[in-house]
Amino acid sequence: MPLYHNDDQAMLAETASQFMADEGAIAKQLRHWRDTNCKDGFGHALWKQFAEMGFTGILVSEEDGGMGMGHVEAGIVLEEIGRNLTPSPFLTSAVVAATALGGVSAELRGRYLPGLLSGDSVFAVAIDEGPKHRPERIACRAEKAGNGFKLSGNKDFVIHGASAQMLVVAARTAGADDDSDGITLFAVPADAAGINHDSMRLVDSSMATHTRFDGVDLDGDAVIGEVDGGREILNRMLMAGRVGSAAEGVGVARGAMDMTVTYLKQRKQFGKLIGEFQALQHRASHLYSEVEIARAVVIKAQQLLDAGSEKADLMTSVAKAKVARAAGLSVKEAVQMHGGIGMTDEYDVGLYMKRDRALQEFMGDAYYHAGRVAELSGY
Amino acid sequence: MSDLETFRAETRAWLEANCPPEMREPVRDEEDVCWGGRNWTFKNDAQKAWLEACVAKGYTVPAWPKDYGGAGLDPAEAKVLREEMNRINARPPLSSFGIWMLGPALLQFGTEEQKLHYLNQIARGEIRWCQGYSEPGSGSDLVSMQTFGEDKGDHWLVNGQKIWTSYADKADWIFCLVRTDKANKYQGITFMLFDMASEGVSTKPILLISGNSPFCETFFDDVKVPKDQFVGEINRGWDVAKYLLGHEREMISGAGGGDRTATIGATLKRMVGEIDPVLRAELAMFDVDALAYSAMGEKFLDEVKVGKAHPAQPNMMKYAGTELNKRRHELMMAAGGSRALEWDSPETRGGQPARNWLRTKANSIEGGTSEVMLNVISKRILDLPGA
Repeated sequence: MPLYHNDDQAMLAETASQFMADEGAIAKQLRHWRDTNCKDGFGHALWKQFAEMGFTGILVSEEDGGMGMGHVEAGIVLEEIGRNLTPSPFLTSAVVAATALGGVSAELRGRYLPGLLSGDSVFAVAIDEGPKHRPERIACRAEKAGNGFKLSGNKDFVIHGASAQMLVVAARTAGADDDSDGITLFAVPADAAGINHDSMRLVDSSMATHTRFDGVDLDGDAVIGEVDGGREILNRMLMAGRVGSAAEGVGVARGAMDMTVTYLKQRKQFGKLIGEFQALQHRASHLYSEVEIARAVVIKAQQLLDAGSEKADLMTSVAKAKVARAAGLSVKEAVQMHGGIGMTDEYDVGLYMKRDRALQEFMGDAYYHAGRVAELSGY
Repeated sequence: MSDLETFRAETRAWLEANCPPEMREPVRDEEDVCWGGRNWTFKNDAQKAWLEACVAKGYTVPAWPKDYGGAGLDPAEAKVLREEMNRINARPPLSSFGIWMLGPALLQFGTEEQKLHYLNQIARGEIRWCQGYSEPGSGSDLVSMQTFGEDKGDHWLVNGQKIWTSYADKADWIFCLVRTDKANKYQGITFMLFDMASEGVSTKPILLISGNSPFCETFFDDVKVPKDQFVGEINRGWDVAKYLLGHEREMISGAGGGDRTATIGATLKRMVGEIDPVLRAELAMFDVDALAYSAMGEKFLDEVKVGKAHPAQPNMMKYAGTELNKRRHELMMAAGGSRALEWDSPETRGGQPARNWLRTKANSIEGGTSEVMLNVISKRILDLPGA
């Protein structure tokens, strides 16, 4: 498959680009919800619009009423989200949680997918159990109790945790904390007794929780997939989240880079446009090169994931790490080349830096994923 | 089975039957690379057999038309052939500046007669070509070149000096930029072709820091070049040169594409065993960049095929690819430790790691320096002022 968008995908990109620039713009969404101190950190009206556009069902099968598309298409929407810094539950709900719900019983799909498709529901994903992404180690426990389970433990960095109607929780049902096996995934209704959210605003104005489960009673039908056999679904969720956040990161990188290149053509110092200075030209050109390469590896990883290739795992980590480096460079160069104005809250470029920092940590940073590349390669 | 799958199956069978096992081993030294030409001595029978099989099939230049010695493959078929050759680690049957550089220029600018004559020679590996561009005073500022061809009616009388002429001492013919109008900087250069055996041509290899001499100084002292041996139009050779530089940048950038997932970290671990943790971290970051770049190479080739690539994108590929290759060899030296310092030991096949490391330093100089590449990106892609 060639590594560029086909006609349908190009059309989707055009639609998503127009929609996000109009409806998801920084002033209209990110700044508005931040400055009104919104407890959700995003607008439900926009989420409904996402649903009307078909975005919320992009990874949901057609038989379940979705678009039945793949990670290339989800990535197209995410890149526009990144470019406009549009706050929404798209990545957690429509990409990661939807991936988990893809293979579950008809009963569970019927319970949760209609709300996602209509834009009435928000789902959160509870995997991390500390400040760094370490999904190899799951300590949060679900003990068998009667026909169901009792869930106890702590989860961190649960994006939209307090706004969600359902949380996909990775918990241990057998074995030791570091075992690969013995994981079970649960669809936990937000109104179950014993869930305590400590909700807070992050540097990028998104909302996340530390969540404590105090013996939460779960029915057996809350299980996603097989009891003790959740690792495989968890891995699929992780790949979806990694390649998805990488796509959003490409949007952040390009958004910041575009602002910077535009600024280089407008700002005058020493009687010249600063873009005439070779010191800045070379840095901008190096940045262009890094961002182009990041874009390429993201579409490669998306295609491999959609094709079910065994190389998808490696290339997903390559993509996440490469984008983290390229987007990190983009936002840092953006602030530096803008000079003083880049340090002001009024100007948008700093918002890109904040979003990049949060995206870096989501589902593993460049160090984590470069380490995985080494491990998967046998060194 | 689709046509392409049939083609893949046929190609696989053909390669199985025709690519000798020796030609599936990694290239170890200069002699393993087959350059062809009048004076070529094959390293072994396998190298000869592999070249002859490919020539007969048109596979030294698979995408060229059959009339010119190619196999007339379309881009999808050419990609399949490349993939199948990569799969068995088949060496290229023929390496040649004729294939990489002169050929594309002739396909674009040559007359039908020139194409039939020169392209078939190139495809069969009969003539080894070299390129005469740079001069002692004209490196990055190539258009300032001075080598002059005086119009003598039926021939030009060429005088001057070229430098960094790759393998000029081994080449049979040269494609060469010669000034034919001193008053006109850009539109005063002609792209000439002539025999290196012509009277007045002499070459002197340049000893490099690697201890090797792949480049020469080339001197022209009253060399007579017949007036029909030029490509494109007289005084419009800069157009051809610019077109070719694009090809050269693609070639140097190693934009081979392909589905690579091999990592340098894994290779080095096999070779040296223990790797320091901080070096391992750097290797991992390098492998992230290298695997991402190989996806970029694949994307670039896919986009070129359908005209989606930015025309200046080869400059970005060249910049990123050469900087990456320099980094690769720095890391290989670091992993190799004192063993990699050996200059003449049999274990290092005569100091290959150190020599290769030093050789890579030229990657970001030849064919346009990294700094020139960044200038071009600034001007043609980012459209920055005054670039």
